[in-house]
Amino acid sequence: MRKPLSAFAVHAILGLYTLLALFPIVLVVMNSFKAKRAIFNTPLRPPTPSNFDPIGYARVFDDSALPFYYLNSITVTAGAIFFTLLFGAMAAWALTEYKFRFNTLLALFLSIGIMVPIRLGSVAIIQLVAELNLINTLTALILVYTAQNLPLAIFILSEFIAQIPKDLREAARCDGLTEYNIFFHIILPLIRPAMATVAVFTMIPVWNDLWFPLLLAPAGGKQTITLGVQQFLGQYITDWNAVLAALSAAIVPVLLLYVIFSRQLIRGLTSGAVK
Amino acid sequence: MPQGAYLRLLLFFLGPAVLVYSLFSIYPLLATIINSLYSRQNDGAYLWEGLGNFRTLLLDPTWSVPFWNALRNNFIFFLIHMCVQNPIGLLLAALLSLPRLRFRATYRTLIFMPTMLSVVVIGFVWQLILSPLWGIARMFLNFFGLGFLFAPWLGVESSALITVSLISVWQFVGIPMILIYTALLAIPDELIDAATVDGLNQFQAFVWVKLPLIWPTIGLVSILTFVNNFNAFDLIYAMKGALAGPNFSTDIMGTLFYRTFFGNQLQLGNPSMGSAIATMMLIVILTGVMVYLFLVQRRIQRYSF
Repeated sequence: MRKPLSAFAVHAILGLYTLLALFPIVLVVMNSFKAKRAIFNTPLRPPTPSNFDPIGYARVFDDSALPFYYLNSITVTAGAIFFTLLFGAMAAWALTEYKFRFNTLLALFLSIGIMVPIRLGSVAIIQLVAELNLINTLTALILVYTAQNLPLAIFILSEFIAQIPKDLREAARCDGLTEYNIFFHIILPLIRPAMATVAVFTMIPVWNDLWFPLLLAPAGGKQTITLGVQQFLGQYITDWNAVLAALSAAIVPVLLLYVIFSRQLIRGLTSGAVK
Repeated sequence: MPQGAYLRLLLFFLGPAVLVYSLFSIYPLLATIINSLYSRQNDGAYLWEGLGNFRTLLLDPTWSVPFWNALRNNFIFFLIHMCVQNPIGLLLAALLSLPRLRFRATYRTLIFMPTMLSVVVIGFVWQLILSPLWGIARMFLNFFGLGFLFAPWLGVESSALITVSLISVWQFVGIPMILIYTALLAIPDELIDAATVDGLNQFQAFVWVKLPLIWPTIGLVSILTFVNNFNAFDLIYAMKGALAGPNFSTDIMGTLFYRTFFGNQLQLGNPSMGSAIATMMLIVILTGVMVYLFLVQRRIQRYSF
């Protein structure tokens, strides 16, 4: 980067691409606060006091159960992350620590799900969920997402557990700790960074998924926010204020969380990336 | 440790994961394949068909025309990602990993932002921007004196698939960028310093030193793109509905599968044929993974530092 010209070119490309990435998001959020006339007449200008109009938000939060849908999404995502991390870490520990028969075979079996998308089994998943009487419940979604995310979680956590020095576990055993205590009190705290990575990998696709909410919990107030917004948009397609407000209501909380945690998130993504 | 205690230990640690995974992932996949070999009669009984459903799917024109159409569209969808998304991701990663770059973290964070958002939201946002009613896209083209190029791209058969693919590219370019960026950061500085001492400039150093070192990552990015693209559904459904219009021009395997299984305005739901389509998707994806594992990955030279 010694030549100023090439430095300029690099910043020009990155800057332009950043604008391209941000423009649609900023445009929608900006216009969601404007009166209908201003949305169409001056779409590229930020709202001013004279054309400020939050009518879209009023409609979104009056006419729909959007706040409940947020709660559903939070429950499903948190539940899926919790069980993926707990069951995944337990399985990863057993697979790396204990050399039992069929160990390799079981590891191979558990890794099928990394490459084969669980969505292809949807027909049977619906039948199974219906038989278990779990249609339109958040439990069904949590179970399916846990199954979907376990393979990658076990893979990443196993690599991490394998790097913990053997002396540590042996020392703990000499001190008379049970295997259960070694795992919960020594191993779990040590693999926290890897668990953060897995949490990130789990969180984004689960929060954004449309497929399984559409199939397994499409009604009964159990919609996730992604599905809820999709259904709301379909209903209010001609009401621009409501559409822009609903989109912004879906975008802004995620982006706020992202900006707050982006450093940890990108670090998690870059350290945990499969090489 | 006594045998019983050891077994209990294994059961405790492995049981929950194996149970949930087998029940909600492996069993449904197997059951779907088995389902595809039966057909459902009007009285609800199942009749053994062997490969009959597949013969219908591939040869009977009522089924085969939509099937080949969806498969072809899906390949176009994938090729656009390979030719646009991954090169742009590579370029951005190469620029971001330049030494002494200012605002690196800011660029990285902002460019990755769309990847975080739900496909439903992204689909709708772009639908609004491209809509002739709002006219944002036309306004931009007018600004550059290209207003005559504007068309309702999403509504025209010849351009709808390309438009939808490019929107998906716009959203997911962050994934190849971050994966390749990580691989580039892992290359030791001494290697680049040595190349510079030997007289290579930044660009030459990238092509001759860095690029060969990140081929494994580019291979991984390619196979991830393949699996994700042949598993895609959300964006098309959110933007074009289950009928993937206009006139099925944006229909891919995921939407065809959904329509066949659940039914729509044009046909009744058919679990057996839906399973047959899902099985075909499984075969396509597994073929891609096998090609990658046995042909691509083995030929890639790996280096460790």
